[in-house]
Amino acid sequence: MIETEGLSRRFGEHLAVDDVSLVVRSGEIFGLIGPNGAGKSTLIKMLTTLLPPTAGVARVAGFDVVRQASLVRRHIGYVPQLLSADGALTGYENLLLSARLYLIPRAERESHIAEALERTGLTEAAHRLAQTYSGGMLRRLEIAQSTLHRPELLIMDEPTVGLDPVARTGVWEHVRKLRESFGTTILLTTHLMEEVDALCDRLGVLHRGRLEEVGTPEELKAEIGPEATLDDVFARVAGGDIETIGRYADTRATRRSAIEHG
Amino acid sequence: MGDRSLAGYLTQVYAVADAEVRKLRHDPTELLTRAIQPAIWLILFGEVMAQVRGLAPGGVPYLDFLAPGILAQSVLFAAIFFGISAIWERDLGVLHRYMVSPAPRSALVIGKAVSSAVRGLSQAVVVYILAAALGIGVNFHPLSLLAAAALIALGSGLFSTFSLIVACIVKTRERFMGIGQVLTMPIFFASNAIYPIDIMPPWLQAVSRANPLTYEVDGLRAFMLEGGVSRFGLLTDCAVLLGAWLVLTALAARLYPRMTT
Repeated sequence: MIETEGLSRRFGEHLAVDDVSLVVRSGEIFGLIGPNGAGKSTLIKMLTTLLPPTAGVARVAGFDVVRQASLVRRHIGYVPQLLSADGALTGYENLLLSARLYLIPRAERESHIAEALERTGLTEAAHRLAQTYSGGMLRRLEIAQSTLHRPELLIMDEPTVGLDPVARTGVWEHVRKLRESFGTTILLTTHLMEEVDALCDRLGVLHRGRLEEVGTPEELKAEIGPEATLDDVFARVAGGDIETIGRYADTRATRRSAIEHG
Repeated sequence: MGDRSLAGYLTQVYAVADAEVRKLRHDPTELLTRAIQPAIWLILFGEVMAQVRGLAPGGVPYLDFLAPGILAQSVLFAAIFFGISAIWERDLGVLHRYMVSPAPRSALVIGKAVSSAVRGLSQAVVVYILAAALGIGVNFHPLSLLAAAALIALGSGLFSTFSLIVACIVKTRERFMGIGQVLTMPIFFASNAIYPIDIMPPWLQAVSRANPLTYEVDGLRAFMLEGGVSRFGLLTDCAVLLGAWLVLTALAARLYPRMTT
């Protein structure tokens, strides 16, 4: 579903993503972890065609992200880390906007929207402004917006950031249901090892722009020792750098989105 | 899903414009507060300047001369800060939703321009009512109204697209606020909105003639007023506005994706 080869992105002197070759298979839930500033968001922006790579190639849903950007966009769904539902519109209107942008035929629009509202438990709140929604409801609305056109691949950037444990579990359940119902492949980034354990079939660990490890959670833990946790996997790759990396912009973005969803 | 078809393209333009109009319907306070400024210009500035003899050409009462200028001005002021909302959408993350959709960038840009045109037209309703109340000879013939509406929509789309381009370049609200002020005043004063071009020094006349607002005001003088005439010719007015809008739209469609990088 995703295949990258030597994918890199440079910002001036800074190499944000460095020679990443990654394969995400059809139907799997793949987690991408790494400290702040490791290049997760930059990698995702390239895969979603928002940012052109400086080197390397990437094929997403069978299409080249540079030469066939519009085809890639048609076949994927993306839930950004920031708040992407429009608070000044109702839940229904947000979905209607997406349905039209993705050119879902008029005859099917209403049924797609009604079904998405039902699946996300937002039917009753459909005609309330999204700014009155709780963080969990907003996230579910955003996922509904991103999957209304039944994409083969759903990419989510820190989908549960700023959510309380109950809302978080709700989002996880919803993600699992998506895969069961539609066979959607899912790529997500996260800082929560718990989330990786709960959801992901495989994961990749990014550090300083490089993809350092790829495997199932069990494989990566087993490399360290019988009692190892994902936190140990993370710490081994990121080493002592964890505190020194995250940049101001990352911190600001994460906190802001935590506030918006919280 | 034939998204390369014209129908698909228009659906996407409509999607963006409709979302904006729905937001206005949910919270119309912006429209009401924006009605205050043209009222102040017409009532305070207009009534005082009307005492100056011979300011308006051809013996036209000054208030009549001024009204189309103020109409164009209120549309300009509403459109020029359009970029702020684009930056706001980018900061929030809403813009990402548009950018990862398969909609062509030009469809997004035109959709935004159409929504700005709707705002502009609602401004126009206020200015028309105000002008009629002040005894200005407003032309209410349906065809004239239609033509004026088309000019207002075009002007509104043009300046909002210009604003979007500025937003794509400066990217932060703080910088935009500064630049927005700096841009609005020259566009307004270096035009024929509140005085005729003929009384300007030659260099300023040249600037005015390169200013799209001049042509919008010129066209509006013909359509908004009883017996109004266009100085440059309506064909020229429309051609300049349409041409400028197309160029800016092409430019904005190229720059818009940069907002999310």
